[in-house]
Amino acid sequence: MEDNVVLTARGITMTFPGVKALENVDFTLRKGEIHALMGENGAGKSTLIKCLTGINDFEAGEIRLEGISGPVKNHSTKDAQDIGISTVYQEVNLCPNLSVAENLFIGREPMTKFHTIDRKTYNTRSQKIMDELGISVDVTQNLENYSLAIQQMVAIARAVDMDCKVLILDEPTSSLDDEEVEKLFVLMRRLKDKGVGIVFVTHFLEQVYAVCDRITVLRDGRLVGEYPIADLPRVKLVAAMMGKNLDDLAEIQKETEENVRNNDLEISARGLSHAGTVKPFDLDIHKGEVVGIAGLLGSGRSELARAIYGADKASTGTLAVDGKQVKINQPIDAMNLGMGMLPDDRKAEGIIGDLSVRENIILALQAKRGMFRQLSRAKQEEIADRYIDLVQIKTASRETLVKQLSGGNQQKVILARWLATDPDFLILDEPTRGIDVGTKSEIQKLIVKLAGEGKSILFISSEIAEMLRTCNRMAIMRDGQKVGELDHDLTQENVMKAIAGGEAHE
Amino acid sequence: MQGKRKMNGHTILLLITVGLFIVLYAGGCIAYGSKGFSHLQTFLNILITNAGLICVTCGLTIVMLTAGIDISVGALIAMDCMILAVGMRSGMNAVVMVLIVLVIGIAFGTFQGFLVGYLQIQPFIVTMAGMFFCRGMTAVICTEQVSITQQTSALFYAWANAKINIPFGGYINNKGKYMTPYIRPSVVIALLILVFTFIMLRHTKLGRSFYAIGGSEQSAAMMGLNTKKVKMRAYMLSSILCSIGAVCYCLNTMAGSVSQALGLEMDAISSSVIGGTLLTGGVGNVIGSFFGVLINGTISSIVKTNGKLASSWPNILTAALLFVFIVIQSVFAMLRNRRK
Amino acid sequence: MNKNSTWARIKAWPLFLPVLSLILVMAVNIVHDVYIGANPFSFFMITLRETTGNGTILYGRIIDILNRGSEVAILAIGMTLVVSSSAGTDISVGSVMSLCASFCCMLLAGYGVSSTSELARPLFVGVLGGILLGVLCGMFNGTLVAYFRIQPMVATLILFSAARAIGLLLCNDLIVYVRNGTFGIFGSYLGIIPTPVIIAAVCIAVVAVLLKKTALGMYIQSVGINDKASRIAGLNSRRIIFLTYTICGLFAGIAGIVASSRITSADSNNIGLYFEMDAILAVALGGNSLGGGKFNLAGSIIGAYTIQAITTTLYALGVASTQAPVFKAIIVIIIVSIQSEPVKNWFKKRNLAKQTKGVA
Repeated sequence: MEDNVVLTARGITMTFPGVKALENVDFTLRKGEIHALMGENGAGKSTLIKCLTGINDFEAGEIRLEGISGPVKNHSTKDAQDIGISTVYQEVNLCPNLSVAENLFIGREPMTKFHTIDRKTYNTRSQKIMDELGISVDVTQNLENYSLAIQQMVAIARAVDMDCKVLILDEPTSSLDDEEVEKLFVLMRRLKDKGVGIVFVTHFLEQVYAVCDRITVLRDGRLVGEYPIADLPRVKLVAAMMGKNLDDLAEIQKETEENVRNNDLEISARGLSHAGTVKPFDLDIHKGEVVGIAGLLGSGRSELARAIYGADKASTGTLAVDGKQVKINQPIDAMNLGMGMLPDDRKAEGIIGDLSVRENIILALQAKRGMFRQLSRAKQEEIADRYIDLVQIKTASRETLVKQLSGGNQQKVILARWLATDPDFLILDEPTRGIDVGTKSEIQKLIVKLAGEGKSILFISSEIAEMLRTCNRMAIMRDGQKVGELDHDLTQENVMKAIAGGEAHE
Repeated sequence: MQGKRKMNGHTILLLITVGLFIVLYAGGCIAYGSKGFSHLQTFLNILITNAGLICVTCGLTIVMLTAGIDISVGALIAMDCMILAVGMRSGMNAVVMVLIVLVIGIAFGTFQGFLVGYLQIQPFIVTMAGMFFCRGMTAVICTEQVSITQQTSALFYAWANAKINIPFGGYINNKGKYMTPYIRPSVVIALLILVFTFIMLRHTKLGRSFYAIGGSEQSAAMMGLNTKKVKMRAYMLSSILCSIGAVCYCLNTMAGSVSQALGLEMDAISSSVIGGTLLTGGVGNVIGSFFGVLINGTISSIVKTNGKLASSWPNILTAALLFVFIVIQSVFAMLRNRRK
Repeated sequence: MNKNSTWARIKAWPLFLPVLSLILVMAVNIVHDVYIGANPFSFFMITLRETTGNGTILYGRIIDILNRGSEVAILAIGMTLVVSSSAGTDISVGSVMSLCASFCCMLLAGYGVSSTSELARPLFVGVLGGILLGVLCGMFNGTLVAYFRIQPMVATLILFSAARAIGLLLCNDLIVYVRNGTFGIFGSYLGIIPTPVIIAAVCIAVVAVLLKKTALGMYIQSVGINDKASRIAGLNSRRIIFLTYTICGLFAGIAGIVASSRITSADSNNIGLYFEMDAILAVALGGNSLGGGKFNLAGSIIGAYTIQAITTTLYALGVASTQAPVFKAIIVIIIVSIQSEPVKNWFKKRNLAKQTKGVA
């Protein structure tokens, strides 16, 4: 094994029924580096990680770890942990009902001579660990009392304290806001200095360049290459991931400009709020307009949309749709007024996994018609086929279960569900999150096209660039409050400044 | 700050439970003091009658902490009692029979635990089948009621009738005789089990693993716990404690019959829930469950002392309490979610 | 190869498990009949027979199974919907049956009367009252599960332990006998056909039509699979769960009336005893996941009759009624073990190994 290398994987091959998930993939991790593992959905990132951590049994190839002679093969995450490979996932894998200290030490508690757990020792030791890592918590408190970011750091602290040589961070930043991400980066750098090899998986390109030393790119289950960060500028990285150029994205902007803006108001909110998440806000959306909501995660951008749609019932304020005052208590009320909402959490609030593509597509339309006016089977099939074709859902048949589709196609199914109801006003909350770049651009084009048909769209995204391409106007959210709107000079810099707020200028 | 932290929703629930017991019991003393309700012996009788239930509830609390359920306990008690009764009738030694029953409990629990833990079958279904099985087996062993008398086993009879006197709290009855309050050996067993379970849950690896699995099974597995094994242990413990409870139960009833301990599983579950154990797992402890049993026992005792109330009242009242408690639990949970 | 795929297709058929179990039970019967030297097809024989009480009626083991299995079949309808929408079971149905029977008999006999041949109120008042009480119980369960978000098993535990006791209270701790021919009709014969069979058939037909002609089925499954997503897509998921429990209560009421009419009395302690278990078992035997989501009503119904067939067969084999649960338990465990993920995976792996060996 070459110097400084902590982990090597050579020729890893793994097949799922009918699909070659990984084919002859190599991966090398060095001590004290943060190594980004990049690739689109289906590129094989998660499969590779699962092979490293023992969740998947790979068919061919070998994994070697520093300090262990001969190839290692893990059969469970426990095996992997025992030899020093730890993983922290986006969903925190700790027990919320136990204290922070217990979460750090579970499974390896210090014992007293009576074979009982030595609470005192592990409480003091935990506090020391947390202090050392600069995480300020009271370790005797239950984990559920802390924010997701802290929970994630506790998970990392646990991994570190278990003498891990390899720390795998699988999309840890997806549910964190910028400040929390920065804290996490501080922690990551500290661990790096301690000599831990970190594998970092993320969808955010900025984060890769902010913290990583090296990038390994996968595509379609094959290795594209391994690059030092300096040798791979963004454009090249995207090109490596996509395997094609992205000219089509550039053209979208033009179409938006040509959009004829209608002056009739579709949505007019006055003083709308949801207790605890969004402070009262005013918002007007015209017909045929795409309004973006820019803000950090947790800034209330999703909650604003949810309050309009009735996903969370508004606590105060009034809402007028198409000039008429309305009262929305739950989503169906909003739907009857011609609204639709694609929620940000696709798995939890979007798809009905065990139902077919057809049923998923007609669900909202059927709900609008009511239980007793069932769409005939023929009609259902016709609608399903039409939208499968229209938004180009890649599925074996319309009766395929939606859970069997890839993430991007699931997203398209939900989009199809709303298009089938022919909405006047569509809320799209992170429609492009976690889906591949090709589908992303398709969805962006579709948004522009819908606006062209006179529909109004509220578009929420973490990627400012993507909103710049599609939106006519942007509302800025900060700390649960709508702080302003931008309708000209829509540039990345302006939006960023607005999001960051006054402090940014000082 | 420390004090504030400790006052979370679960602690409040436990306090409500303890408070409720005190209010109920005090109410009973005031209303039926003239009928002897206020004597210490009345309280001790609640312990004696429910000794078996205390053991069973400890086991059930463990299972419920892992977000599982064990509804086989009532039937298992019936089967154990029948085995005890029939075994002693055929001249077996009481000690041997008790050991046999415990071994059966371990074997039965291990099998149920295997099905839940390793085959990942829903606990409700597994233990429902377990319940059918035990009830049926009781009938297979003997369809009639079999009593244990001094003739069948002098030793067992002696255990059942042994009194452990309490040196205080006695009273002079209307014939002028001083009545020494007493408990039976079964109460000692039950209280030992209670203490054992409490320590096990709080201070051992296994105990904390039950909580971890109840909090998040996936996380527990990710953190390297052998969740399958831990779950199996939970059901094993439940059946063992239930078998110990069966011995206590049998010491009270001195008989084995098919319809014995019918619906006891529901008493145990409701005691646990009233005691603050969340059915979603991860929260609760046996002290609460103990008070749950006491509350149920007090209600029965009050109804019995009254003498005029229909026999179905304890059931209805317990159900009403259960209703109140789970509604409170759910309201707490909803408030929590809203705060988040 | 072709043979293999046909077999695979049969195995993938949703009714594979329930039908297979039913066939197995029948096979046991045939073997037993042959063994004791009777006509091997006596299980399937249906004859007309004169009786003293009911005139000419259909007679045969199958008729008996259909007749005796009616209550469980009726309960299984509601249970299937409840399981699907809420991933939980309604364990109160047996107790609610008993409560409804008690209420119905109390209405018919008058409070405190233990035996009567004269109806105190018109028949329909009693029957409707009983069924309505069932609906109310269902609504109570539904409120707790849907609106208070209490785990179904716990929520229904309340009525499980209270309903039977309330029934006893309504009957003043007595077994109320309604010795009136008109009340007995629901448990005896209508013409030559047993009335319970007709009632069960009507219930099944009504629900089947409801599921076919409305979107209820899809709503229930959708909510059962993903409650939150269903809400966002415009379904009132709370109301749908509430509805399934109400329906379940309705059928518990109907089953209670039938059970009570059979014995023309309200025996609070025995009516519906363990029926919740049979109903849940029927759902599981019907190939439905107890984890909610997709359901197959036909499977549950076949499951219900299979359970009755098992019971009848056991009695025919000379097993005492108190001992029968042992066999039920063993059957349950075998079924659920085969259906469990680890066992399925093990089979899959073995098959795969066989295939690769074959190729090599």
